[in-house]
Amino acid sequence: MTATLEVRDLRTHFFTRGGVVKAVDGVSFEIGKGQILGLVGESGSGKSITGFSILGLVDPPGRIVEGEILLKGESLVGLPEDRLRSVRGNRIAMIFQDPMMTLNPVLRIDTQMIEAVQAHHDVSRDDARARARDALGRVGIPSPEERLSAYPHQFSGGMRQRVAIAIALLNNPELISADEPTTALDVTIQGQILYEVQKLCRETGTSLIWITHDLSVVAGLADKVCVMYAGKLVESGSVDEVLDRPLHPYTKGLIGSVPSRNKRGRPLAQIPGMTPSLLNLPDGCPFADRCQRVQGDCRVALPPMVEYLPGRFARCIHPHLEAAA
Amino acid sequence: MTVFMVRRLMQSVVVLLVMSVIVFLGVFAIGNPVDILISPDADQMERERAIKALGLDLPIWEQYFVFLANAARGDLGRSFVFNEPALRLIFERMPATLELAGTAVVMSLVIGIPLGLYAGLRPQAATSKGIMAGSIVGFSLPTFWQGLMLIMVFAVMLGWLPSTGRGQVATFLGIKSSLFTSDGLAHVILPAFNLALGNAALIIRLTRAGVRESLLQDYVKFARAKGLSNQRVVGVHVFKNILIPLVTVIGLEIGGLIAFAVVTESIFAWPGMGKLIIDSINQLDRPVMVAYLMMIVLLFIAINLVVDILYSAIDPRVRLQDVKG
Amino acid sequence: MTAPLVTLVPPPKIETPFRRLVSEFMESPLAVVGLVVLTIILLVAIFAPLISPQNPYDLAKLDILDSRLQPGSKSMDGMTFWLGTDGQGRDMLSGIFYGLRTSLAVGVFSGICAMMVGMAAGLAAAYFGGRVETLIMRLVDLQLSFPTILIALILLAVLGQGIGKIILALVIVQWAYYARTIRGTALVERRREYVEAAVCLGLSKPRIIFGHILPNCMPPMIVIGTVQVASAIALEATLSFLGIGLPITEPSLGLLIANGFEYLLSGKYWISFFPGIALLVTIVSINLVGDQLRDVLNPRLRK
Ligand SMILES: Nc1ncnc2c1ncn2[C@@H]1O[C@H](COP(=O)(O)OP(=O)(O)OP(=O)(O)O)[C@@H](O)[C@H]1O
Ligand code: SF4
Ligand SMILES: [Mg+2]
Repeated sequence: MTATLEVRDLRTHFFTRGGVVKAVDGVSFEIGKGQILGLVGESGSGKSITGFSILGLVDPPGRIVEGEILLKGESLVGLPEDRLRSVRGNRIAMIFQDPMMTLNPVLRIDTQMIEAVQAHHDVSRDDARARARDALGRVGIPSPEERLSAYPHQFSGGMRQRVAIAIALLNNPELISADEPTTALDVTIQGQILYEVQKLCRETGTSLIWITHDLSVVAGLADKVCVMYAGKLVESGSVDEVLDRPLHPYTKGLIGSVPSRNKRGRPLAQIPGMTPSLLNLPDGCPFADRCQRVQGDCRVALPPMVEYLPGRFARCIHPHLEAAA
Repeated sequence: MTVFMVRRLMQSVVVLLVMSVIVFLGVFAIGNPVDILISPDADQMERERAIKALGLDLPIWEQYFVFLANAARGDLGRSFVFNEPALRLIFERMPATLELAGTAVVMSLVIGIPLGLYAGLRPQAATSKGIMAGSIVGFSLPTFWQGLMLIMVFAVMLGWLPSTGRGQVATFLGIKSSLFTSDGLAHVILPAFNLALGNAALIIRLTRAGVRESLLQDYVKFARAKGLSNQRVVGVHVFKNILIPLVTVIGLEIGGLIAFAVVTESIFAWPGMGKLIIDSINQLDRPVMVAYLMMIVLLFIAINLVVDILYSAIDPRVRLQDVKG
Repeated sequence: MTAPLVTLVPPPKIETPFRRLVSEFMESPLAVVGLVVLTIILLVAIFAPLISPQNPYDLAKLDILDSRLQPGSKSMDGMTFWLGTDGQGRDMLSGIFYGLRTSLAVGVFSGICAMMVGMAAGLAAAYFGGRVETLIMRLVDLQLSFPTILIALILLAVLGQGIGKIILALVIVQWAYYARTIRGTALVERRREYVEAAVCLGLSKPRIIFGHILPNCMPPMIVIGTVQVASAIALEATLSFLGIGLPITEPSLGLLIANGFEYLLSGKYWISFFPGIALLVTIVSINLVGDQLRDVLNPRLRK
């Protein structure tokens, strides 16, 4: 069976005046039907650009320079704009980070929902509106009929994000890519939305890419996890295994920096240093300057992704293999 | 809404009163009011009668109230030159000016918005750079010289268009205007274009800045992620957002156009208020100056009011907060 | 805690803020052209009496037989009028040099005066706050809601003509822009940390205003200043053209253009055309420089 989405060795670079910024530089993953993939990494590691690349929404000076993106086996890279447009919002939908910014402030909610339906289906305004109302109901917005004629500023942040999710659900997409959709919300609402999205995806068989810098979110939600560092995938595998037994020192550092109950009282581990500049990355492992296991050979060439355990890949030449617990 | 209107009306009355004080002090108190208000040809007897009649022997604040009371009755004195009520003179000339300014506004929008959109959507294109350079020249061009050059090229050298006066007037739907005859249209093109050019340059820059700003916004990216066509993203999502600054500036600029019509009317011998005021200044016809001033203030207040109402019609966020200052 | 392992980047070339501004300014070729042209114009204006082929206001030198000659014609005594002559037989080139002198002098001088008045008012508003601030800012708002030309017209109508009066009118027309800008910046600066730090150090209010806020208000002032000088020059030319600006004894470019108006319809374009070009080039070059200055001096706009 072909995967819903397969990304192979994606490279998206920005050609700026200061040089080439390799924002995404070698990312591969696969999502099956109804699966949830967590894409994790620090700020600036290229998560959002990966998400935008899938929909062909990278703005100049950025462009996909290499790689394959296959939706049910069909290649999306290099597709003409109008073909891509029929995929966007229809077969693949997106939810953005900040619900305050994603809805157009001067258009009513119904306008913004109806246009999303009519962009892909030849239906009447009334039918589109009815569909919009149902979608609002599904994401738990009370009295959807009235709320349809409201403006975004009349909603709270959590409600706006529900509207954005409803818009994503409108055309029953095969895949939703959610770019940190809960970071701008407070914790209780975060939990509710997480739960609902998970439920909706399970019900409809929609696959989901959940982009976040918060490993604890991924732990409760995803099936698979991909860890990004400086534009590169550094580790991937099933959530349980990666969290139980991280192979890459960076992943281990990330897990160590998540506060949890059983570590209370002990100082939180931190990953020392800063993310390197994506301009002129040095040869070798990009994590070398911050890595506690670094050795001379790490700086020679970029380590390849290696399948150290079945289904478990890591981009490290000295992975945590000994720590089998 | 009503609260807002009442507030605004009260503010307007205050502005009007303040302006009446300034005008009163400026024209009545600084110069010798006797010279100003009574024809210089009057003999001693007439002068004294007039001084009594005008109440110039009263204390200054009482004089102000007399002025105010007269003004409220629509009596702003008689023109020395035309020996007619000053206000009537103004009203006779006003339609020509409004016609000119209105045509100029339309022209500047028709020129400015498409060029601004183009330059904003393709900032790197050579055409866009040309448009921007042109707009700098456009608002640097002194109106009066530009008018002379228009006359030189289109009336003298090419002989395409008439260079002076207003064309035939016709009545349509109860409105008397020269825009309804071909002769009238031919006459209005040059002066209106002259008046419109600087404004068009401003609108180009404003539109471009607005487009560039809103293209960076998440809601535009989200609209594209919904699979909307480019036309819809630009025509609805971007355009509706730049409409807000545009309306504000156009509102302000209509006032500016009416004021700057002074220059254009003098060059093109357009029989409007502006030409009247220049003639009155040159002939020291002060009652007409006062009447013009008060009318202009009134006009400005009216325009500002309309702009504010339009503003709240376009920007839903304004509507809730009735009182904004 | 372990010290963060930050890799040391080699220190960049030492750049003073001024050098950085200069190099950023130079990034726009258009702005550089503007600056060069503007410099030339300023030199011409300053040295007009030395470089003009003729003293256009020495009536003894004028010959009515030379009037309205085409560009490139020769005078009775063999001098070439590169830009032709006006109705009185004056060399247009010399007239333009002298006109530039007057126009620039009036524009720059009124700009400086307006900046001082506006700065004083704006700082007073920011310093005193309360009633004073409300009063000043209401006045500014009121004035800014009326077009400059209108205010200037009224003032000149009331005041009468003359070089002093037109400068006064230009100052009155412009001060509000400076006042609004300086108060705006002062309000922003007031909230910045360094001002808070200065307050904590117990510095007095005047020290804070003049030592800390004022220097930080300078960049926007410079930008507004260039724009305002350009618009003052244009406004003065307009008023002179309308016959209510500078008197005939001090002809500015506006008056030269007005003089050519009557000949325009008979095809003698040069009398209005060349002074207008001089005016246009002056204003455009000031605006080009101002545009780039705004980008360079405004860190928010920097990409
Ligand atoms: N227009 C651009 N020009 C140049 N570089 C860019 C541009 N857009 C993004 N980048 C670079 O791409 C890198 C990845 O950005 P991206 O937004 O994908 O990060 P992210 O992982 O989503 O981070 P965050 O958690 O902050 O959202 C950044 O380091 C940034 O420097
Ligand atoms: S390759 Fe070397 S430096 Fe890079 S993560 Fe592995 S151990 Fe650390
Ligand atoms: Mg991101």
